[in-house]
Amino acid sequence: MAVYGLWVINKAGGLVYQRNFADGLAQLTSNEYLVIAGTLHGIHAITSRLSPTGASSGARVIEAETFKLTIFLTATGTKFVLLTSLNDHSADSILQKVYEIYADAVMKNPFQTPEMPIRSEGFDVRINTLLGTST
Amino acid sequence: MSYSQPHTRFSLVSNSSLSSADHLSSSNASTSTTRFSLQSAPSINTTLGAQSQPKALPRNAIYDRNLNKTRTSEVSASAFAFLFSEMIQYTQKRVSGIEDLERRLNTLGYRIGTRYLELMSWRTEGASKAPKREIRFLPALMMIHTQLWRAVFGKPADAIERSVENDDEYMLIDNDPQITRHISIPRDMNSLSCSALTAGIVEAVLDGLGFPARVTAHSVPTDAFPARTTILVKLQKEVLEREDALK
Repeated sequence: MAVYGLWVINKAGGLVYQRNFADGLAQLTSNEYLVIAGTLHGIHAITSRLSPTGASSGARVIEAETFKLTIFLTATGTKFVLLTSLNDHSADSILQKVYEIYADAVMKNPFQTPEMPIRSEGFDVRINTLLGTST
Repeated sequence: MSYSQPHTRFSLVSNSSLSSADHLSSSNASTSTTRFSLQSAPSINTTLGAQSQPKALPRNAIYDRNLNKTRTSEVSASAFAFLFSEMIQYTQKRVSGIEDLERRLNTLGYRIGTRYLELMSWRTEGASKAPKREIRFLPALMMIHTQLWRAVFGKPADAIERSVENDDEYMLIDNDPQITRHISIPRDMNSLSCSALTAGIVEAVLDGLGFPARVTAHSVPTDAFPARTTILVKLQKEVLEREDALK
């Protein structure tokens, strides 16, 4: 029942926030995170076209052997990605809370340019309270 | 006809969407081809004239509301946060440094403060037979500490202090200023405090009461209250001299 990481991807596919929490996933360089986030954005776009029953959002949960990715797509195209262990079922509610924190600490911050990397202390502090400090 | 034309434009602009949609739909029903041409003005007038007889006055604008009834109405904190964020971004594009930014926010707060002083005085003393106002500095500062803060922020400020080194400096302390709750100052602008807006409000109220001063806002975080802000009031010399003379 562990949260491994949180990514926030803007609507163009660029990674604007990335944070690791519990140990458990491989440590990657920041460049690799950028590439992987862009790839995930592409996959999300592809899966939204593949639906056999008409219009649909993209992939929401991707499960692997040791972890799973939950993707929350907002109405404006921003994606919140949570990497958790397989038995964690609270990913959706956690992502809703992260969205609330994002709306407060990032959108209302005049020193934050939209769609740019998030460098906001308020956001970091609130994510800490919600998910624990990063390793 | 020439008189009612400006009236038509005015009422279509000031009415909320409900009634103007009614007017447009009724005029559309009657004259479908002349919807966009100026010749439709007479037909709009006739339909408007027929409909506006029952409600001759224009709809209630915000300026028509009773000042006493809106005393306890509240504004959405999120809406204000977005407005304030845009005010700061707008100012930031036009200034050359942190002091300039604080000074401009101070000016914006000043404009709010002058109006707020009038509104507060009218609301508290407007109906009384013998209206009074503060003429000594300490009661005026207490009034700002409780009444102004309660009127603007919903709760009194947290502390008043007097500086020990200079006797012309007083401080109002707020442990968690509401207007800057969602603002994170970047590392390279560490000395900026967006509560300069609040400082401007206080400066205007003091000016209006006859205590000219220079008011600035400083962030003094503590462990318990990381957002603690001090509004520093530096009185001008003539105020101190007057206070001494009145003692």
